[in-house]
Amino acid sequence: MLKTYTYPEYPYRPSAEQREGRTLRHPVVVIGAGPIGLSAGLDFARRGIPVVILDDNNTVSVGSRAVCYAKRPLEILDRLGCADPLVAKGISWKIGKVFVRDRLAYQFDLLPESDHKMPAMINLQQYYLEEAMIAAIGREKNADLRWKHKLIALKQHDDHATLTIETPDGHFTMEADWVVACDGANSDTRRMTGGDFVGQFFQDRFLIADVVMQADFPTERWFWFDPPFHPNQSVLLHKQSDNVWRIDFQLGWNADPNEEKKPEKVIPRIRAMLGPNVPFELEWVSVYQFACRRMQSFRSGRVLFAGDAAHQISPFGARGANTGFQDIDNLGWKLKLVLDKVAPEALLDSYDAERIFAADDNLLNSTRSTDFITPKSVMSRRFRDAVLELAETVEGIRPLVNSGRLSRPTPYLDSPLNTPDTAPFKGRMAPGTNCDDAPVTIAGKPGWLLNLLGEGFTVLTFDTRPPVAKLDAGPLSARVLTVGQDFADTRGLVAARYDGEIGTTYLIRPDQHVAARWRSFDAAKITAAMRRACAIPAAGRR
Amino acid sequence: MKLTTRANINDPDGFYQELIEAQRDLGDEEAARMTCKLVILLANHIGDRAVLSEALRLAAPKSAAIPPKA
Repeated sequence: MLKTYTYPEYPYRPSAEQREGRTLRHPVVVIGAGPIGLSAGLDFARRGIPVVILDDNNTVSVGSRAVCYAKRPLEILDRLGCADPLVAKGISWKIGKVFVRDRLAYQFDLLPESDHKMPAMINLQQYYLEEAMIAAIGREKNADLRWKHKLIALKQHDDHATLTIETPDGHFTMEADWVVACDGANSDTRRMTGGDFVGQFFQDRFLIADVVMQADFPTERWFWFDPPFHPNQSVLLHKQSDNVWRIDFQLGWNADPNEEKKPEKVIPRIRAMLGPNVPFELEWVSVYQFACRRMQSFRSGRVLFAGDAAHQISPFGARGANTGFQDIDNLGWKLKLVLDKVAPEALLDSYDAERIFAADDNLLNSTRSTDFITPKSVMSRRFRDAVLELAETVEGIRPLVNSGRLSRPTPYLDSPLNTPDTAPFKGRMAPGTNCDDAPVTIAGKPGWLLNLLGEGFTVLTFDTRPPVAKLDAGPLSARVLTVGQDFADTRGLVAARYDGEIGTTYLIRPDQHVAARWRSFDAAKITAAMRRACAIPAAGRR
Repeated sequence: MKLTTRANINDPDGFYQELIEAQRDLGDEEAARMTCKLVILLANHIGDRAVLSEALRLAAPKSAAIPPKA
C-alpha cells in the first residue's frame, strides 16, 4: 500500500558461531532492532562494548508508528552520531491547535527556548529513523546486527544467560553476560523471564492512518475534541515528511479493529474530515488499543528491559519511543562500567531506580491525558466538556485542557547517584537533571556545549585556573572542560543556564546528566561524587 | 486547615437564591453541565492546591473518603 517509501530488505547472514557450532560468550546481546534496540547497539558500540543485536525480521518498521521525536531524544541521537539527517528530513513544528466541535478553541506554542542545537520536536516516519540508525550501526565495528535471528528460549545463570536462537539455518546457542530486551510491547523476552506488567489497559481503540496528500494545512499539531466529521470522539492530525500526514481517530471500545482497518471504512472517515475536494491516498492503516503500565522491575537477573518491553505508555504526548531512547542513554555507560569491573553490579540497580522513576512520571502524565481525552464516566465527561467550553473564552482555563503533555525528560532528582547541593544555585541544573545545551565558540568556530561533553565523565568548570586538565581517580577519570579556555561562552548562555560564577564546577555523567555541583573546584569532592555516581561504596566502608 | 470553613458569604440567602435561580429553568443535564463549569471557574479562582484538596475531601461522601495527600 505504501507509495512514498520502499522498504529495504536487509540480508540474512549466517554467523560463524552458528555455522561452526561454537557457543560464544558475548558481553551484551540486544534483542530487537527497533528504534530502542538500535540505539542500544549504537550506544554500547560507541562506548567500546562489542554488541550483537538480533532481530527476527529483516526490515524497518511498517507504517509511521512513533512519529514524534522530542528534543532530549534528538540530543541522544546526536551523541550517537545520527541526528543531523533526521532533523534535516523531519518536520519541525511548535504550534498546536485545539478544536472543539467545529471551532478553534485555542492554540498554543511549544515556545521552545532558543539557542539549543536540537528543535523542540520533529515529526518523522519511524522507518526513516530506523533506516538512518541501521546505516549508523553499519559504521560501528563493535556492533553486529543480525537479521532473521529470533530468540526462542532464554535461560538465566548466575553470571550470564543462555539464548537459543532460531535462524533460517536452524537453531543455535549463544551466551551473554547481559541481555538487553528491546523487543517491544509484546516482548517475548519479558514472557521468558516471567516478568509481568502492573498498570491499566484502557478500554479504547484508535485508528491510525498515514495519508498522502498535497494539503495546505500548516505544519502544526491539530487536535479535535468531538469534531463534526467524527462526533463524540477525538482526532489528531500531524504532518510528516514526503507530504505524508498522520491522522489518529479515536474509535471507542466497541469498534471492531479488523472492520475499521478496511479501506472502505477508513476512506469515508478521512473524506469527511478533509472535505470532498482534497485528493488523498491511503498509505498505511492500523488499529491499536493502548495501555499505561510497566514492569515491576526493569532488571531480571542478567536481563535488562528498555522501551516498550519495559513500559507501555498511551500515545498522548509522544512519550513512548522518546522515553525508550532515554532508557538506553541511562543504561549504556553503566553497563560499560560494570562490564569493565570498574563499578559494582549495584550500578545497574540505579538503572531500574532512575528509569522506573521516569516511567512513572510518563505514566502519570499520559494517564492524565487519557482521562481527559476519553472520560470514563458521565460526570467526568461533563467536567471535560465544561473545561473545553470555558477554554474558548476564559484564557485562564486553557491550562486544564489536556490533549497530551508533550514528552520532556524526567530529572532524576532523588537518585542515589546524585551528590546533594551544599550551596544555593539558581536555575534548572540540579543534580539528576539532563544538561541544557547552549551555543559556544570552539577555536573561533560556533559549536554546542553538549557536543563537547564526550562519552565519559566531564567536569565543567568556571574556575579560571583549574589545577588539572584531567582528573584521575583509580579506574575512574573525568575530562575537565574549562569555560573560557576549552571554549568561549560567547553569548553568556552557559553561565546563565548553569548559574556559573567564577569557581562554579559541575560533575556531568556520561549520559549528560548533572551528578553534582559546587561553587569551587575541589578534586577530592569531585572524586567522591564520581564514585557515588558509579555506586562505588565510599572509601573505608564496604 | 487552609480552607475557609467559617461563614464567608456576606449575603448567604441572596447567594443561595441566585444559585438556585440560575438553574431553575434548566434540565438535569444542562444544570449538571453548568455546575461543572461553575466548579472549574471557582477552582481556578481559588487556585491554591491545598485548599482545593481540602474542599474535595470535605465534599466527598463519608463512605468514599479521599485519603489525605501524602
